Amino acid sequence: MSWGHNTLVVMAGCALLGVAAGAVGCFALLRGRALLADAIGHAALPGVVVAALIGALLGSDPRALPPLLFGGALAGAAGLWCVQRLGASGRIRQDAAIAVVIAGFYALGVVGLSVVQAWPAAAQAGLEGFILGQAAALTAADAWAAGGLALVCVAAVLALFHPLALLCFDPDFARGLGLPAARLDAALLGLVLLVCIAGLQAVGLVLVVALLVLPAATARLLVRRLQGMFALSCGIGAISAMIGVALSAARQGLPTGASVVLAGSLLFALALLWRRFRG
Amino acid sequence: MDHLSVSYGGRPALSDVTWRAAPGLTAIIGPNGAGKSTLLKAILGLVPHTGSVRFFGGATLDQVRLRVGYLPQRQAVDWDFPASALDVVAMARRPHSRWWGPLPRAQREAARAALAEVGLAELADRPIGQLSGGQQQRVFLARTLAQGADLLLMDEPLAAVDAATEQTIIAILKRLAAEGRSVIAVHHDLSTVPQMFEHALLLNGRVVAAGPVREVLTPALIAATYGTVLPA
Repeated sequence: MSWGHNTLVVMAGCALLGVAAGAVGCFALLRGRALLADAIGHAALPGVVVAALIGALLGSDPRALPPLLFGGALAGAAGLWCVQRLGASGRIRQDAAIAVVIAGFYALGVVGLSVVQAWPAAAQAGLEGFILGQAAALTAADAWAAGGLALVCVAAVLALFHPLALLCFDPDFARGLGLPAARLDAALLGLVLLVCIAGLQAVGLVLVVALLVLPAATARLLVRRLQGMFALSCGIGAISAMIGVALSAARQGLPTGASVVLAGSLLFALALLWRRFRG
Repeated sequence: MDHLSVSYGGRPALSDVTWRAAPGLTAIIGPNGAGKSTLLKAILGLVPHTGSVRFFGGATLDQVRLRVGYLPQRQAVDWDFPASALDVVAMARRPHSRWWGPLPRAQREAARAALAEVGLAELADRPIGQLSGGQQQRVFLARTLAQGADLLLMDEPLAAVDAATEQTIIAILKRLAAEGRSVIAVHHDLSTVPQMFEHALLLNGRVVAAGPVREVLTPALIAATYGTVLPA
């Protein structure tokens, strides 16, 4: 990718996605739900594949993004449901449940992908792009959609800020006060799902978890109160996206999504160093 | 409460607990795994249970939520959470005003007053992760006080605290009782029960005994509770 109008569009889209992920990731991290983003990302693949197959059968445009993302969202939600059910059954622990869902759904998606590739109409959908992302293909419409997403996520998190804070810090006390803990958790997971699906196109299902975790984890190292952590997490999400897009624009062939995540990882490492030297 | 039973994964934790708490300070006593914390959580509706719990002479939990305060075990939460001591105490004032936006000044002052009461006024802005164990326990107590509840359920309020914190907490419990409030506290140190509490509930999966401390804290009943004879 080279500098120009297109780069600015991609940069704006990724930065707005970064704001949304930073806002939601802040509470996902504090509630211990960060890894669920990984489960959603991987579980989305079979949904995307099935949506492409249906699209091919119906003869619609294989490149149309909304149906693919809708399929991904349904499969991601199914993956979440499996994690919850497996965890609640008490037979295996939550971490094992997440690992099982990640592996099972992803394998299903990869097998489905090979089937779809043999089908010319569906093969044009470019589904491999969902695995590692194709941020460079973001359009102006995608950037606007990312803006809407950022607005929704920031507004929702701000509206639920204090109930979510109490739920993250002390769930039993929150329930004791009569807060609807289950509904708050569902709202938070809904936002995580939204961000993960929106991030599929830009950074891909393998790295989408990083969008949620890195800015929040970096912000946590730098500030001592939740309000500051939230604002900083949104800002770091945007900045690491901009650095990543600039990196991939500066050097031909660098994948944009991975560059964004790499920039976020570097910022996290810098924050860690700063914390260490400050004592 | 009537015929209260709780089970985890098919294993009964509490069975058929029928008990009427007396006003004042009550200790819940029993060995590890006796269901003491579970009983508090069942009263608050935090764990699924059968049987019924009524408050203040007949009200259901939903009718009196804010009049029932809860102090969880200190280890139950993440003390690395990004918040100051005042932030934590202020959480208990939220239901009294609104859940969005900055906390109104009057509510913030009420939270500050509760912190002062436990002797932590000067540490209001300190991150909770930098407080000592005893200070964290006092922040928890201040949060429970800030709620302004009439019935306070406390899970090991004196667990692993320093002597100064213990004295502060005991003084506050006595003042609460003098104000006509009731405290039900899980307590593990049998030797301090008589000087701190008026009533006791001896629990071991079921009610072994309940009543005034001097009547139920007998060697025979303690042995029946712990399943062994403890040195006097």
